[in-house]
Amino acid sequence: MHINTFDHYQTLNSPIHRLDPRVKVVITVVFILSNALIPEGAWLAFAAAWLLVLAISQMARLSPKFLLTRSLVALPFALAAVTAIFSVAGNPIFSLKIGPWLLTATDAGLVRFASIMLRSWISIQAAIVLTATTQFPDLIHAFRHLKVPDILVSTVSFMYRYLFVLSDETLRLIRARESRSARLTPGGKSGGALLWRAKVAGNMAGQLFLRSYERSERVYNAMLARGYHGTLLTLNPHVMRPRDWLWGALALSLILAIQLLGRI
Amino acid sequence: MNPIHLLLTPQQLHIPDGFLSVGVSLIFWALTIIFVGLAIRNTRGELGERQIPLMGVMAAFIFAAQMINFPVAGGTSGHLLGGALAAIVLGPWAGILVMTTVVAVQGLVFQDGGLLVMGANIFNMGILTALIGYGLYRASVGRSRGVQLAIVGAASWLSVVAGALLVAFQLWLSGTSALRIVFPAMLGVHMLIGLGEALITVAALAFIFRTRPDLLSTNAQKRSGLGWILVGALIALAVIIISPFASANPDGLERVAIDMGFIQAGQAAPYEIIPDYTIPFLGESGFSTILAGLIGALIVGGLIYAISRFLRRKPAGAES
Repeated sequence: MHINTFDHYQTLNSPIHRLDPRVKVVITVVFILSNALIPEGAWLAFAAAWLLVLAISQMARLSPKFLLTRSLVALPFALAAVTAIFSVAGNPIFSLKIGPWLLTATDAGLVRFASIMLRSWISIQAAIVLTATTQFPDLIHAFRHLKVPDILVSTVSFMYRYLFVLSDETLRLIRARESRSARLTPGGKSGGALLWRAKVAGNMAGQLFLRSYERSERVYNAMLARGYHGTLLTLNPHVMRPRDWLWGALALSLILAIQLLGRI
Repeated sequence: MNPIHLLLTPQQLHIPDGFLSVGVSLIFWALTIIFVGLAIRNTRGELGERQIPLMGVMAAFIFAAQMINFPVAGGTSGHLLGGALAAIVLGPWAGILVMTTVVAVQGLVFQDGGLLVMGANIFNMGILTALIGYGLYRASVGRSRGVQLAIVGAASWLSVVAGALLVAFQLWLSGTSALRIVFPAMLGVHMLIGLGEALITVAALAFIFRTRPDLLSTNAQKRSGLGWILVGALIALAVIIISPFASANPDGLERVAIDMGFIQAGQAAPYEIIPDYTIPFLGESGFSTILAGLIGALIVGGLIYAISRFLRRKPAGAES
């Protein structure tokens, strides 16, 4: 698994890519907060928020198809919000009988459901734009500047470095199991009893834990050998330029305008 | 089949942005920040400069281990969430930090779980699971292997069920889901998913017991751990008592929560203090509403800061 498996767009160059990662993180979080604050049924504000994400993603030269397919990640969760249709008081539209429940859909419920889905969909696109336009080390560095505790930031950057190594290790473990027939074949007896299959999976997890633990000791020794003394150093200074302030202010005022649009 | 059962594939404890209200999101961010702050404090002394490489690699381990599955039937499979396992093998504080890292990276890199709701996600999958998992495991220290593994199995099953119930509760407080549907649905699905978690955790721990028992003994010998046992047992008890009551009588639970004012707290916080979302002298304009929101956020932020300062000072005084 290559380190760039998930990041085809991070190496592009655009005004959005060049923006200071701190600005991007703050704007993204404020934007998601703003989405959560847009009142239910303020369709104009939702449209404006979506247009803002779309414009920024175009400026960053992300393909609309990429944005769309990635944004469907959260779709299964929609089922949890479906129940909102039936749980808000309002004018009844239709009734369903499922099992022991009689469910009555209301217009207010539908508005709430649509608002939740829009909030979620627009927010996730903003998060995708952030991830797709920022190299992970820069992203992590932004959090250090934003006063997230050093231990967390360093741990996250370590995790990211070894994520791909250990994922490969896991894929190897799974491949080894598959080739030794713990797979469940339809109608066949291969793969053993359920408990046995679970035990094999558990042994794999235990094995992976030991390998990871021992690897972390090796990594630590290697770090000591290279003069590590408790803090990670970086060569990237990350200085805020006037352009970064300008972009940040512009984005914030647009978000404020969206909020106003949603409330008039 | 009831369509609600499609609701949850194993990874579906990761709440996306938009599904929780601002109030619920901020409350759980506050709780998470307190626990993570305590975890940072408590692990620093224990692990020293070794901490960063160990926990970074361990977080990558949990992430990778979540890929391990075993086929059950009809295309479904058993998975590992790993919160209880991490807390048991690494100790509760390190376990919380590791799971925090895992959830953060899943949200930041893979959009698996949102950013504004990340506090809730970390709490559900990292903190609650660690409290139950480690608390019950701690109670089993000194018993025979068989008893220990049985308790670990129960603890990891409960950790998944508790996480799922808390997700249902948060969704409902936010006005996203109807409690009488989402509660039994989450409970039913995760009672099954939890079995997979329990089987994998027990087998993994049995494997580590056999091969490297020295790794487990180090974090189990310190102090009495009575506090952990108490917290773990209390949460477990709460889950065991609430679950049957709520699934038999979800409207009753809803009633209780409304009476206790939970609903208002969830849906209107953080600016409950400011009447009708507006500041009186500014009138009912959009600007006033935003300002009200900002003030509310500042108050919550200040509270979090004050609480964390308080918590930080107390243990330091006790040590000196």
